[in-house]
Amino acid sequence: MMPLLAIAALAAITYALRIAGPLLADRVTVPAAAPRLFTSAAAVLLMALAATSALTAGHDFAGWARPAGVAAAGLLAARRAPFPVVVLVAASVTALLRLAGIH
Amino acid sequence: MRLQWRTDLLSDTALVRDVALVCLADGIVGVSFGATAVAGGLPWWVPVGMSLLVFAGGSQFAAVGVVLAGGSPLAAVAAGAVLNTRLFPYGLAVSDVTSTGGGRARRWGTRLIGAQLVTDESVAFALRHTDPARRKAAFWTCGAALFTVWNIAVPLGVLAGSAMRNTAAFGLDATFPAVLLALALPTLTDGRTRIAAIGGAGVAVALTPVLAAGLPVLAALSGLAALWRPRRRPDADGAGDSVGVRQPTGHAIPVRSNR
Repeated sequence: MMPLLAIAALAAITYALRIAGPLLADRVTVPAAAPRLFTSAAAVLLMALAATSALTAGHDFAGWARPAGVAAAGLLAARRAPFPVVVLVAASVTALLRLAGIH
Repeated sequence: MRLQWRTDLLSDTALVRDVALVCLADGIVGVSFGATAVAGGLPWWVPVGMSLLVFAGGSQFAAVGVVLAGGSPLAAVAAGAVLNTRLFPYGLAVSDVTSTGGGRARRWGTRLIGAQLVTDESVAFALRHTDPARRKAAFWTCGAALFTVWNIAVPLGVLAGSAMRNTAAFGLDATFPAVLLALALPTLTDGRTRIAAIGGAGVAVALTPVLAAGLPVLAALSGLAALWRPRRRPDADGAGDSVGVRQPTGHAIPVRSNR
């Protein structure tokens, strides 16, 4: 479960990262490569989370319906489909496959 | 004079329209976040509290995702914190607009509030403009609107998630990875980041059967090794410039207004 302390810790770290920029803007210069590294780290984490939450449940394979729905949504997202469409397609494809007995 | 007034009005209408579109998209992310969290068994105050206090969609999804997969709170906080490191350079980029003018007390008050409104979207909106007044208007309009919409959408999602009996039948579990994918794709602006992200995702999936939950996602950061280059030529791959807003310092921040 997620204790209150974990939420408080993440909130505090996040706020510190947010306020540090305005407070330090006059005093520090960030190496030019740093923002790109942070953005890449975010991309890596989001993709890893997307892949693991699409393919696995616990330590095992999640079944075919969920990854199929996510793959369909991913194709639409890559083609810059509107966000609501992406989410709806993920849920509908997965739900329809399960209705058809594919899990 | 009249022409000036008309262009200001037009650009403000455009700002409100663009902010509304971003709010709509993020509202759907918020509903999905609230619904996923409670459908996975978390109490209602976890998504609601996080949305008020953390107010960073990607890291909220990341932390809750780690916990729902059975990971430790520490791993959840670590994943969320790494995702939010980008807020630091964002804060630097918009330090001129996060506080408003006025007396010392007012400047500090608005600076403390403005910091909480630093997000991918509000920063991208601010960086579209060079005129200080426009930058300020764009940042505060987008930030305040997003904060409001996000904190209405998440409780709505909590209600929806609590009302659904069998969330698997509705395919709700597929919306979580789909949202993450839609958030991640626009950030894959250059070849090396793409390799890092795909490699990292492969590492995470491969390690899921053997590692404790939450750790595979952190292990994915090893994919960042793909960014390392021994002798850096200045902007060798010319990456990221086409899909980002250029900061005054010259690096690109991805715009995720399509989320």
